[in-house]
Formats: sequence, structure tokens, C-alpha cells
Amino acid sequence: MGSALHHCVIRLHEEHHALEDYQGGVPRWCNGCGDNAILAAVQRLCRDEDLAPERTVFVSGIGCSSRFPHYMRTYGFHGIHGRAFPLAEGVKMARPDLHVFVNTGDGDCCSIGAAHWIHAIRYNMNLTVILHDNHVYGLTKKQASPTSPTGFKSNTTPRGAVLQALNPLTVTLGVQNASFVAQGVDWMPEQLYDIIRRAYRHRGFSFVRIIQRCPEFLPKMFEPWLHDPGRTLVLTHENGLQPSAEVSRIYRNQREHDPMDLDRAREIASAEDPIPVGILYHNPEIPCYEDLRGAGSPRSPERTRAGLEAELDKYTIWPQEDQGKLPQAA
Amino acid sequence: MNDIAALERPAAARVAQELPEHIVEVISDSGEGAQRCGQSLAAIAARSGNGIWTVEIIPAEIQPPARSVAGASGIRIRIGARRVTNGGDQTDLAVAFNEQVLLGRVKAGELKKGATIILESMWRDHADPAIVASYTSTVTALRESAFHVVEAPLEQECRKLVADARKGKNMFVLGMLCSIYSLDLELARAQIALIFGKKESKIIASNVRLMEAGFAWAESNLDFKYRIPAQKITEPQVVVSGNTAIALGVLASGMDICAMYPITPATSASHYLSECFERVGGLVHQAEDEIAACAFAIGASYAGRCAVTITSGPGYSLKQEGIGLAVMAEIPLVVVNVQRGGPSTGQPTKVEQGDLLTSIYGSHGDAPKVVMAVSSIEDCFYSMITARKIAETFNMVVVVLSDASLSTAQQPFPRPAFSEDWLAPPIDQTPVPEGAKPYDWDPLTGMARRFVPGQPGGMHTITGLAHDRMSKVAYDPAINEEGLRARSLKLAALQKTLRTPPVYGGDDGELLLVGWGSTQGVIEEAVDRLRARGKAVSSLHLRFIQPLPSGIKPILQRFARVLTIEGNWSDRLDDELIDADNRRYSALAMMLRSRYLVDVDCWSEARGQPIKPGSVVAAALAKLDQPVATEV
Repeated sequence: MGSALHHCVIRLHEEHHALEDYQGGVPRWCNGCGDNAILAAVQRLCRDEDLAPERTVFVSGIGCSSRFPHYMRTYGFHGIHGRAFPLAEGVKMARPDLHVFVNTGDGDCCSIGAAHWIHAIRYNMNLTVILHDNHVYGLTKKQASPTSPTGFKSNTTPRGAVLQALNPLTVTLGVQNASFVAQGVDWMPEQLYDIIRRAYRHRGFSFVRIIQRCPEFLPKMFEPWLHDPGRTLVLTHENGLQPSAEVSRIYRNQREHDPMDLDRAREIASAEDPIPVGILYHNPEIPCYEDLRGAGSPRSPERTRAGLEAELDKYTIWPQEDQGKLPQAA
Repeated sequence: MNDIAALERPAAARVAQELPEHIVEVISDSGEGAQRCGQSLAAIAARSGNGIWTVEIIPAEIQPPARSVAGASGIRIRIGARRVTNGGDQTDLAVAFNEQVLLGRVKAGELKKGATIILESMWRDHADPAIVASYTSTVTALRESAFHVVEAPLEQECRKLVADARKGKNMFVLGMLCSIYSLDLELARAQIALIFGKKESKIIASNVRLMEAGFAWAESNLDFKYRIPAQKITEPQVVVSGNTAIALGVLASGMDICAMYPITPATSASHYLSECFERVGGLVHQAEDEIAACAFAIGASYAGRCAVTITSGPGYSLKQEGIGLAVMAEIPLVVVNVQRGGPSTGQPTKVEQGDLLTSIYGSHGDAPKVVMAVSSIEDCFYSMITARKIAETFNMVVVVLSDASLSTAQQPFPRPAFSEDWLAPPIDQTPVPEGAKPYDWDPLTGMARRFVPGQPGGMHTITGLAHDRMSKVAYDPAINEEGLRARSLKLAALQKTLRTPPVYGGDDGELLLVGWGSTQGVIEEAVDRLRARGKAVSSLHLRFIQPLPSGIKPILQRFARVLTIEGNWSDRLDDELIDADNRRYSALAMMLRSRYLVDVDCWSEARGQPIKPGSVVAAALAKLDQPVATEV
């Protein structure tokens, strides 16, 4: 009862934050860039979940999407290309009390940082990961990315990309310990918000791939999907998302999918047209690496002293008058 | 004369000969336990009050072919009446489990002329005639080269006690060596109990019996016995390897997180830390690769206390971009590089001092960082505490260079007395005053207070892009230079706090030897020998190389000649194409020449072996023979 009262007192004093509290610098993304939609959804999430800005960290790599932390009024770490995952893992391991988000792009995550991506899934640390997948390198001016479609003409593939695109969903779902996999599209803001919120609330590595438009280098790529809502497959389930009546009026192509069903999730992930939108997989039972490793274990000078002395005892030669103290077996 | 019959002389004839020091080697195939035998001998000698230094001889493979020159696995132990600071010159006594592993050491000139060799004799009766031929011809050749070869039936004797004699031989040899060096059997028994402490008591008992049998065999079969006078131990001493000392230093420094990826010869530091770190609230993260290990440490440092990443050459190369990020964003970070032979995969288990310049100048752009080099086992421990403090005080990357020689070498040093001053303060979570800037560079020192996540009012985004005092991305030319200036000034601010290192020997003279890293003991021993011969030679040893402390130039100028002694490559002037215009100097010589405009010469070798004091003496004598260079 005492704790319940304490809880009430705390809540009375809690500060609540407005949307502006999370708005940092003015975004320098192009007009019509999908990053803007993601930023709006994330700022709304921070407000609705009332995340303390000083306890929230956005970590990114390099690329258009990785400018994201600069536009948040929280702590941010704009890192180096491909290394957002290990940077964020270090942050989380040192400070499990912080809310840590990762913003990464298709080049950052699926190309230069691919090794870290695979292992980040396996670590299953409590991170909310947003893959801004615009299917092209934007900041370096139009090169093919691992998710660019076959035939895509870019500065490095002037006669068209020859390889098949990598599917980030199937890759993630193929790795041991995947615990949350979802997909959104930048042109469905309500779904996008709901997905990101579910991702945030999942304790573990929440991987959200967001298919987004690049108005500069791939302006027409998603027009067929925009014009034909039937080419979007909305996933619904009582344990997943339940779209509003408004969404359902436009997006009639819906499918009941239990996010606990990994085999079905992989099957859905493999089908790229229609684009699946919603929660493909969610398993709350997979332990987090930081919990397994006892992150945030308290340190004190006394504890360090005791630990050091115990170690030094193993290797100490005592003065000869103390030679009665022969080394002791551990 | 040295046949088996001669060995059956009565024990009463053995009177221990007193020696100031002796160098002993135990060499075997990989997996036969020579290193454990040698480490135990060293520990027993140290407990008796002798000075010791151990050097491990490690093959690159886990299971190299048996009876091969390349597969030699072993250890050298130098035992002295006084403190020993290096592995010395050549071996006085070698115990070899077969003649092939011995040959490599003989060919490399590691054995002293006339040295005693105790050789496993079972190969003489081997079923394979080729082995018998190899063995007998080697023994004959060794005797012709004046080695004192004693053939000993090691396995045969062990089989009287245990079924698998190959595994127990090392403890039998330990007993032999305790007899030869007149060491206390009670200490030997206690040492065995310590090393097999995790195993069942019958394993300890069986090993003790083997050791005792070796002792008894030596007492009744060998006609030589030594005693190296010991000094009374007045202060508690610890005996650990350099890598263990690094791990203990990490623990004592108050760092919380070590991120690493397995690499020789650094990994044993992380092994040991993995054992003990969690008991004090720390943890070792084995990352998916070296880049991730560096980034993980940077993330952890950014969010709380300074973290450490421990690696060796190739891993150090991979971390460069991450190191540049830490420099640019001013995140404290300690990077330990246990150097090995390079470039590329090089010689993973061998010593080299090849990474000095890459440590100072590594990462693209102007990336000032602190570079320290540890000079002894004790220094491995304290350097970690110093490195963490500097990293957090200046928000800088501190690179600590060790090497493959120190990584496994053991030497006693006074037991550290824990001080709370060693530890990092608690993570600052106090509110940041309104208007405070995340990079408020001090105009004098370049230093700025760091805001850590969790501090209200301190929210900002750090970036590897050029940035202003608010941490906002900036392409303004003046702002770019402001940041460069601040990051560079921090090195000068640190430099002002460093003490001039002491000169060993005399204050001035004919020749100054300058070294860095693991060679301190070797160089100082060479100076002692040279001064005993009346040569006016001194030495200077550098722990901080970036920045170099003040006061070094006047020291260099007090000597007629200056020569660096380094374990890395420098071009040799006797090569036809090499001349003063194109000679590539050793790393430290290049640093000193460019900074002080003093004509510093260098002597270096990169043979993968620790430099010997005798080699340094020879190099110094050759340099003394050269005329003093005149001012150009």
C-alpha cells in the first residue's frame, strides 16, 4: 500500500512533455522525403510515452536517415557508417536505464553494417531499431543499395542493377533470437505510428523496416502502390495491430496473422508484392543480452577493493616471516 | 664421459655451486606442459626470494606437428640473486623433450656455448629407425659442439608412477629443476596445489608424486647442482604476466566495460578479466569483430564511464575509424594494443615494436591521441589506471602499447596498495546549467566538460562531423579550425603535467641509448655492463611518446651520440641502396629527429625475439667507435 501511495506521489510531480519538447533542429531532408514521416511518428511516440528527453538516446550511422538524431531534442549519437548497432549496444550495456533508439539506412544497415546487424539481432538488446529503407544511397548521390530493385539505373549501375534486392525482413527473421520484426510504409502515417509504438513497447531488439520514398533519386518507385491500395497487405491480429475503420476503408487487402507464428511470418516476409504492413513477428520471451550479462550491476569502491585484493591474494608472495602463508589452492 | 653410466654417481658428490644467476629453458612439443613447468619453477624461485623473468616460446598453431623445429613450445626462466628485468642473453641449461624442438633453439643461437642440455632419452630406443637416427646424430653433433648433453629417461621414470607419462613429464622435470637449483620441496608442493587447485585432490597428489620423483632422480643421478642466493622478501610481491597485470589494472582503474575480439597475443588479458571482472560489477563483451568492439566501447564510454578495448596489431588497424570518431566527438577511450610482428598477420606470437607511428598518426585527418608504452609488468598495471584518468580528464583516446614479450613474461613487483583515487567518479547525472555548451572549449587548454545522457538540460547530438560549441554540424572554416585547435591543445595541456623521465647511468657522456616499451630492463642492463667496462653510456626510457614530456632535448644534447634501441625495422646503411637520403629510421628515432632536430641514430632488430642485453652492448660499442657527427 505504501508503494502504491509512493507511486501516486511520483506521478503527481511528473512532468509531461509536449511535442515541441522533442523537436530539435529544422530537418534538412528533401521535400517529400520519407524520413520526415518517420520523424513525426517518433516525436509523437516520445510525447505519448512521455519519454524523459534526457534519458532518451538516438544512435545512428551515416546517411540521410542517420541525420535523424540532430532533429530530436534528446541525447543523440550520430556515429560512423555502419556502426550504429555496436555504438547503441555499448550505450545500452553501460546504461540499461536509458531509452535507446537506432536509426539506420539500407546502406548503413544492410551493406557496410551487415555483420553488426546480424549480431545485433542475436544479442537481442532492448533497442528500438528503425531501418529507413529508401532503396538507394542518397547522401552520396544515387548509387545502388543492397535493397535497390534489379534494373535500377544509378551512378554505379548505369545499365541497371544486375543483382536481386536483399530482403531485410527475411534476413532478420532468419537469424537466431529475432524477437520483433515489423514493416511500415511512409505513406501510411497512422500505421507507421502504431508499428513504432509496438516496437518501442517490445522489450528486446525491435526491428522496424520502413519502406520510404526518395523523391530525389527514386521518385516514381512506389507510385503503383500508392495508386493501388490493393497492393498493400495489411496484417491484422488481436496480438498485432487492428487497423482503424478509416484505414480499413482504403486498405481492404487484409490478412489475419498471428505474430507468434514464425513460419508464417517468414512466408509473408518473402512476398514483396503486395507489400506487407504490420507486425510480422513478436516473441516477448527471448532474453535480452544486457539482462543475461547483468548490465547495470552496481559498483562501489568497496566492491572493487574486495575484488582486487582477492585477485592479488592469488599471486602474492608474502615476506619470509609470513612464509607460513603458502599459496592456497583456489 | 656424458653417458648414462656417468650419471649414476652417488648423490653425496653433489655440492651446490653458488651462481649469481642462471638461465634455464624447458622446451617440448606443444601440449606437453613445458610452460606450466617453467612458470611453476619461476614462481617457486620467486617465493624463495630470487629475482625472475620468464619468456614464453609459443608456436603459432595449437597443435603443430610433434617433433618439429617449428613446433617448439617452451619457456625461458632467468633466475637471479637480484631483481631480474629481462630474459638475458643465452641459456645455461636446457631441458628438452625431444631433439627436434631443441634444434631450433640451438640454430637460433639461444643456447650458450657449452650449455648443459638435459634431453629425453627414450628416442634412442624408438621403433622408428629414422627417429633413432635423428636422435643419435643430434646428440653426437651437440657433443661435438661442446654442449654438455645429459640423456635422461624422463618418460620411463614417469611411467613408474602414472599411465600417461607424456602428460606428467613436466612435473617430473619441475622436480629435477628444484633439485638442480636447490629449491625448497615444500614450496614446490604448494605451487602444484595452487596450479591444480580447481582439480580433484588425487590429481594434485599424483603431480606432487611426479615432482618428488623428478627431484629424487636428479639427486641421485646428476653430478651438478646450483644455488642462486636469494634475498629476503620484505614487502609482499605479486608475480603475474603482463597481460594479467593489464587486466588487474583495468579492474583497479574503475573502468566498467571491456569490449574485445579474440586476437593473439592480447586475448589472455581479456580471458583473465572475464574471470574476475563481473565480481566487481564490470563485464567483458566479446564483440562480433574488432570494429564492433571499438564502437561498443565508445558507446559505453559515451553513456557513462570510460571503457577499454584490448587488441593486437591487425585489430588495432581495424579500429582506426572508430578511434577517429572518439577523437572527433571527444569521448574518453582506452585502447590497449599488445603489439606483435607485422605488417598484416605477421608473426602473431612474436614480439615486435612496430605500431608506434600508427598509434600516434593512425586514423585519417588530424586525430591527436595520447600514446603510452608500458615498460615493465608493474607498469602494465599502473598504466591502465593512468590511462583511464587521462582519457576522462581530457576526453581523449589513450592508446597503451604493450607487446608480445610483456604479455606472457612474469616478474615480481610490489603488491599494489589499493587507493580509491584510482577509481572513476560516479557518472554525473546532475542538471546542466542553462546556456552551458557541450563543447565549451577552454581557450587555454582546449578542454571542455562533457555532458552525459541522463543529465537534464544537457541534450545534444554528438557527431563525427565538424561541429561547433553547441555540437551543431558546421562547415564554417573558422569553426573547423576552432575544433582542430581545441583537440590539439589538449595534448599540450597534458604535456605540461608530465615529468621529464630520469636518465639511467650518468647525466652526460659519450652515448645515450633511448628506448620505449618492454626493452627498459634490457637497455638498463646493457648500460650497467658498459659502465662496468668504463664506457660513458647512459639510457633514457620513454613511457609517454605522444605527447613527449618536456626536458628531453637538453638531455639528448648532453651526449655526444644518441642511439635509439627498438624492436622494429630500420634500414641498414650497409645495404647498397640505402643512404642518408632514403634511410627509413626506427619509429622513435624518427619522432626524436623531427621534434628536436638532434642527429638521433637508431639500432633496431625485428627478429621476433626479445632484444638481448648483449646485442645492445654490441650495438653501443659499435656506435661508440663511430666518429661524432659534426653539425651540418
